[in-house]
Amino acid sequence: MAKYLLLKHYRRTVGPEPVPGCDAPMDQWAPEEITAHIQFMRDWADDMAARGEYVDGQALEPRGTFVRYDGEGRPPVTDGPFPETKELIAGWMVIDVDSDERAYEAAASLSAAPGQGGRPIHEWIEVRPFYGEPPVVTE
Amino acid sequence: MTLELADLLRELGPQVLGVLVRRGNDFAAAEDAVQEALVEAVRRWPEGRPDDPKAWLVTVAGRKLIDEQRSAIARARREERVEREPAPGPTEQADDTLLLLSRCCHPALSAASAVALTLRAVGGLSTAQIAQAFLVPEATMAQRISRAKRTVSGQRFDQPGDVTAVLRVLYLVFNEGFTGSVDLADEAIRLTRQLSAATDDPEVEGLLALMLLHHARRSARRTSSGGVVPLAEQDRTRWDTAMIAEGVDVLQAALARDRLGEYQVQAAIAALHDDAATAEETDWVQVVEWYDELLRIAPGPPVLLNRAVAVGAADGPLAGLRALESVAPDVPRRDAAAAWLHERAGAREEAARLYAVAAQKATNAAERDHLTRQAARLRSTS
Repeated sequence: MAKYLLLKHYRRTVGPEPVPGCDAPMDQWAPEEITAHIQFMRDWADDMAARGEYVDGQALEPRGTFVRYDGEGRPPVTDGPFPETKELIAGWMVIDVDSDERAYEAAASLSAAPGQGGRPIHEWIEVRPFYGEPPVVTE
Repeated sequence: MTLELADLLRELGPQVLGVLVRRGNDFAAAEDAVQEALVEAVRRWPEGRPDDPKAWLVTVAGRKLIDEQRSAIARARREERVEREPAPGPTEQADDTLLLLSRCCHPALSAASAVALTLRAVGGLSTAQIAQAFLVPEATMAQRISRAKRTVSGQRFDQPGDVTAVLRVLYLVFNEGFTGSVDLADEAIRLTRQLSAATDDPEVEGLLALMLLHHARRSARRTSSGGVVPLAEQDRTRWDTAMIAEGVDVLQAALARDRLGEYQVQAAIAALHDDAATAEETDWVQVVEWYDELLRIAPGPPVLLNRAVAVGAADGPLAGLRALESVAPDVPRRDAAAAWLHERAGAREEAARLYAVAAQKATNAAERDHLTRQAARLRSTS
């Protein structure tokens, strides 16, 4: 059993090209299409929980601020917020499943969320395994 | 609830479940009935404990089960059958343990589901404790367990299944090094002991010995901050000698029965390590011989890899590197083994490079940090 982070990138500059015809921004969808999309996400989380595989998930505000240490006694340095960055992570989910294959299957089912015209958006989901614990028997 | 009462109920719950399942009751329904009976015991026993707590629980759980069945299906016959059933003797109780374990480790279940169900139905742990051990929400674990119960509930199941599947699940519980407040290694050992009392298969003793011989090193295996300490660098004075002695006894009794299996062989290798006062004194020639045996019984890439390391220690790093050539490049930990052999062969730069590659491929942070430090050590002194 291993945990995986599923990242929903709303915008990104790395990784594969979006599937053509499926990348219309959400504000160009019909209201009921947005409702259907959000409901799909909820149902997906419920289904994963019913399978005993759901750990956590959150949606993120688009604004992001970069922060760094600037030396002893100095306030943190901030840069941003950058509302219009090219990189935007819209949300994340953590699942606990048996294998890479099962994690990919779950991510693919999330990527089938409906978009414009009720068609699946075929969104690329980034799947990142968590580090686990070292096994006891290694020799 | 007092601790003593909690322990007693934890011990009795799985036994009662075993009785109900052996009588041919549906597994999921029986598990629910046992939970209800335990709740009732918590409420009523503080005022006066029954003379035979187990019989009390069997009766109460049996009644709950009948109430449940009455509302669902044909009633009268089942009720008679349950009430006419005699109390179980000690042999039957041993059979129940095996019956329950083989049910919980049914091949139709995924490994994670089998582990969760085993800890719940045979280990008697609460859903909250299991959830905590695996770092998932309690609701998720509850779903995982009830789904697993539904999966195994389909068929009647009054014959114990294959013990091999049970051993694999117990090994998994022991080996995966989960970090919650419940010590799952202890739990795995406890369950394997129960199973060994209930069966006549020397591989069960082999697995028990393997667990004891590894668990004996637990306090030397990690630094106080959680870093991994490789076998060669462990402070062997911190090993639990009583546990090693027990492991060796269990192993010798198993080997004497002359039905060798992979767990017995793995335990024999662990025993050779435990037997050496220092890493240098390890009898590597015998270790290699046991790996040859393991290759015959249960061949696989990890065995080939571990054998190559042992060959390197027994016959020198160049022999080890030659043995490593037969191990596919994508076998986990191969780079770390190659790094170790190269360093011993004097190729420090290549060793550092391989340690860095191994660190990138590590699947846990403790090993990654350890391997990164190895690369850094070689690079800072070369």
